[in-house]
Parts: sequence; C-alpha cells; structure tokens
Amino acid sequence: MTDNTLTRAQLSEAVYKEVGLSRNESADLVESVLKEISDTLVKGQSVKISSFGSFYVRDKKERIGRNPKTGVEVPITPRRVLVFRPSDTLKNKVNNSASNKQFNLNEET
Amino acid sequence: MVKSELIIRLSEMNPHLFHRDIERIVTTIFDEITKSLSKGNRVELRGFGAFSVKERPARIARNPRTGESVKVDDKFVTVFKTGKELRISLNKDNPIANNRSENNPLIDQS
Repeated sequence: MTDNTLTRAQLSEAVYKEVGLSRNESADLVESVLKEISDTLVKGQSVKISSFGSFYVRDKKERIGRNPKTGVEVPITPRRVLVFRPSDTLKNKVNNSASNKQFNLNEET
Repeated sequence: MVKSELIIRLSEMNPHLFHRDIERIVTTIFDEITKSLSKGNRVELRGFGAFSVKERPARIARNPRTGESVKVDDKFVTVFKTGKELRISLNKDNPIANNRSENNPLIDQS
C-alpha cells in the first residue's frame, strides 16, 4: 500500500508523458503549480480547482488544549489553518471506485 | 484563485510554453491525484500536504428536523493534511503559532 503512494516523481512522470516537455521541465512545472497554490493561500486567498476541490484558509481563535498524555491544560494560540474541501466530483469518484473495488473482490471470492 | 487564473499565471511565468500545454499540465496533475485517491492510494507532496482516503463506517444518523432515524451507508472520504512548510508559511507573521519546540507542552516529545 505504501509503495502505491503518489508523489512529485509520479506527477512529473505523468506530465512528461502527457505534454512532451523534458523530464526536468515537467518536474519544474509540477513544482510551480504547487508553489503558485501555496503562495496564493499564504496571502489568505482561497484556491478553487473545479471538479477537484477547494483550499481555503481559516482563522482559528485561541482555545484551551490539553496534552492527552499529561492532562496539562495549555492555551492554543490563534493561528491560520488550511482546509481542503473535495468537490462533489472527487467525492463521487473516491466513493464509486472504492466500493467497486470491494464489490469486485467479493465477486472473485 | 480558480483553475483558469492559475493557468494564466503559470503561462505568464512560462512565456515559452503554449497556453494549452499549461492547461494540460494542470489538468494532468489534478487528474492523477484524483486517480490515485480513487484507488484508495495516498498522495504525498512534501512541503505542501498529503491527501489520503479514509473509510467512514455506516451509522444511524438522525434527521435534526424530524428526529427520524436514518441509515447512512459507509463511505470513503478524502482528507488533506497540510504539510509542515506550508503550515509554517501560513503563520509566518505569528511565530508563536509555529512554536513547536520542546517548551511546548502540547507536543509529544517522545
């Protein structure tokens, strides 16, 4: 399962095969896409990718947290967090293929 | 920023490339991520974040308006965990939020 993890290397390879730029340039472009998205989010703006999902930044107020091991109460300072909301298309794809896979497994046995 | 604006910005940064190639690059990236997640595989982009698929078991929920019990089937959801570098950049004007040193009692030091 772990070796099936998709990383930058596989993304660059897919771009390389799809567009026909050099491997180096494909890798650079994957990096630029991620950097452009990150920079936009750091500015506090959201990023919406249709049929994939949207990323947005949420401001968290201070709250009291607790170290689950020691039980010590500590304030968690206000901070900005990134939230990803998958689009309906992504939700459906993740569900359908995942359940199809199980269905096929059941059929084979 | 939406996908088309992302493509425009990348085109401006790469004037030697065709606009439609940039479009294919961006589409390929998100298609590949979607494909991987559909197979139940993780996507790990160091510094940016990681996408994974989690199974949510079937449960009995309640219609909050009527109080009626409703069966909800088990389902698979995509979860995203922000990468360390991006999380730090988001709070770069707020060093306290990034304080993950040994004097922070919330962090498991083991």
